[in-house]
Amino acid sequence: MRDVFIIGVGMNDWGELWELSLRTIWTQAALAALADAGVDHVDAMTVGCMSGGLFVGQEHLGALLADELGMAGIPATRVESACASGGVALRTGFLEVASGISDVVLVTGVEKMTDCSGDEATAALATAADQEWEVFPGATFPGLYAMMARAHMATWGTTREQLAMVAVKNHGNGLHNPHAQYRRAVTVEEVLNATVVADPLTVLECSPITDGAAAVVLADGETARRLAKGRPLVRIAGVGLATDRMALHNRSDLAALPAVTKAAQKAYAMAGITPQQVHVAEVHDCFTIAEIMIIEALGFVPVGRGGPATQAGETARGGRIPVNPSGGLKAKGHPVGATGVAQAVELTLQLRGEAGPRQVEKARIGLAQNMGGTGASSVVHILEVIP
Amino acid sequence: MTVGIVGYGSYIPRRRIRLGDIAKVWGADAVAFQRGLELHEKSVPARDEDTITMSTTAARRALARAGIDPARIGAIYIGSESHPYAVKPSGTVVAEAIGATPDVHCADLEFACKAGSEGMFIASALVRSGEVEYALAIGADTSQGAPGDALEYSTAAGAAAFIFGRDNLLATLDAQTSFMTDTPDFWRREYMHYPRHAGRFTGEPAYFKHTKGAALALMAKVNAKPQDFAFAVFHQPNGKFPMRVGQELGFTRQQMMTGWLSPWLGNTYSGASPMGLTAILDVAKPGDRILMVSYGSGAGSDGFVWTVTERILEAQALAPATRAQLDERKLYVDYGTYAKLRGKIRMGE
Repeated sequence: MRDVFIIGVGMNDWGELWELSLRTIWTQAALAALADAGVDHVDAMTVGCMSGGLFVGQEHLGALLADELGMAGIPATRVESACASGGVALRTGFLEVASGISDVVLVTGVEKMTDCSGDEATAALATAADQEWEVFPGATFPGLYAMMARAHMATWGTTREQLAMVAVKNHGNGLHNPHAQYRRAVTVEEVLNATVVADPLTVLECSPITDGAAAVVLADGETARRLAKGRPLVRIAGVGLATDRMALHNRSDLAALPAVTKAAQKAYAMAGITPQQVHVAEVHDCFTIAEIMIIEALGFVPVGRGGPATQAGETARGGRIPVNPSGGLKAKGHPVGATGVAQAVELTLQLRGEAGPRQVEKARIGLAQNMGGTGASSVVHILEVIP
Repeated sequence: MTVGIVGYGSYIPRRRIRLGDIAKVWGADAVAFQRGLELHEKSVPARDEDTITMSTTAARRALARAGIDPARIGAIYIGSESHPYAVKPSGTVVAEAIGATPDVHCADLEFACKAGSEGMFIASALVRSGEVEYALAIGADTSQGAPGDALEYSTAAGAAAFIFGRDNLLATLDAQTSFMTDTPDFWRREYMHYPRHAGRFTGEPAYFKHTKGAALALMAKVNAKPQDFAFAVFHQPNGKFPMRVGQELGFTRQQMMTGWLSPWLGNTYSGASPMGLTAILDVAKPGDRILMVSYGSGAGSDGFVWTVTERILEAQALAPATRAQLDERKLYVDYGTYAKLRGKIRMGE
């Protein structure tokens, strides 16, 4: 298997982009990544997108977007794994370069979510849960994560304040990200007193509906070194993808995310590292409780200690293991198919030392964790910088 | 040629429903609505009140302040999105009721919430051209929101009427402008009972873009700055939007408070900024300059600059003040009564 490097990254400014269409925001991100890499053609591309069909009535995104980029003719594949679509698209691109089939692959993610009503978006997102067993009886994602939060609180004593601190931290980080949808700080009091979406989760504990796209260019070692131009090389050192029982009621423990653990173990083994060696992480904080459960599942903190560790500032930018310096899904926004790719964009900037005011000092190994549904699929990538 | 307002009047139904009573029925967060949209209660029309009856009352009050023979009114325009008839004008009934027929031109107008100001725009232009001596423009609505929809917390009832003329003005019209694009933020197709809206899209690219566009164009036209005005009133779909757009343009809360009726009135659609103007005229002093900007979904804004004259002092007391109608003699109804009055209950055959 060949080494695979990220040689270019790009994303557009995320938010409610009413005057831009899916193809336009995608093209902005793709062109930015190609320019950053210094390439004008690619051998293949992947598009992570959860539901172009339900959000904007557009499928067949591989062909559409290759055409939009002026590259009709190349192999182009749309990849779907609910909110993990972007991360799985990255893994697909990784496999393509690692296998030797392609030397340069454009990996992208996109979601255009504000062209439909809030109710329609909620229904589209709910297709990532088990329709027959969860959605038809009335569950929505905030409701499912609220049950997971209740379970975590009951099992481990996690408090509402600790949940709120995830949002406070990530909004604080988002202040320094020019691409973030929300660039404003929030306090624990504001989070706790915001409108309740699904008890105990308030609206400030839920990631928003976002239009956005992100892209990275992958290449083999020879190509990467040729195009480095003095910049440090960022290698994908480990990859892991795992699944879990789809419906919450089929899981033995609502307060754990075994797919995250399995995906992480594969990635750690491939990279030859332990969780303690990770310097910076971008994780899937679709709800505040998710980040707490994820940092446990990744082995950053002992199981059950996600709340206290957050409270103690261990995951803050200057903490022991900074989590979501980009602002995370909460502040940066969550265009579902783009999120996994944007995590790789952020880590690449962090490892190159190009993250500006949100730079994590001396970050040499980064971990990206992206997740579909309530954790029925999860993908983990470990990136390392080669000076 | 100078034109302006010779008489104005308003009408607000006595009935009110509190937001908390609506929120309770739908399991919604009343505090969030009150805090987020700055809405507390809204007017509710009685069973025998509609756009025609409210328009008639507002027009009679405008006539009382104008002191003119209604037969000299040469044009009547009623803007509303709740004309009682889909086909058959509201204006004919009102014209007949106030004694303006038959030598009168009449049209019902529709442009979501700016239909009222459209009438003002046209009426003043007809008077300025010399085509008619006086023209009456009315904005009135008994607007409806679907049960449980965010709109249900704001849709209210009210009317404002203005008679335009060339002499004996109580406020001169110094400039008017219109700012319009095709922006589909809110609509109701034929046979639909309730309108639909595009959620948060109704804010930034719709309301704010057009109200700001009209206000800036208008101030440029008369070479004025926000501090040159004694009062400003913007379309008020809720309490929050007009205050935000005004402050972003550089107006103070103090300049806007007088015409800011929506927190306790709701959104009277075609009547909204025109009713705010009536509340301002009720207390304005000679020489005061007023900026008014409407907004209608679809979307566009009309803007007007008025200067109050000496005659305002004798006209103010000749008909009920808007603020008094808003604050006094209120009758609170519960949601069941409200649902009955608004025709939301399906009756037996």
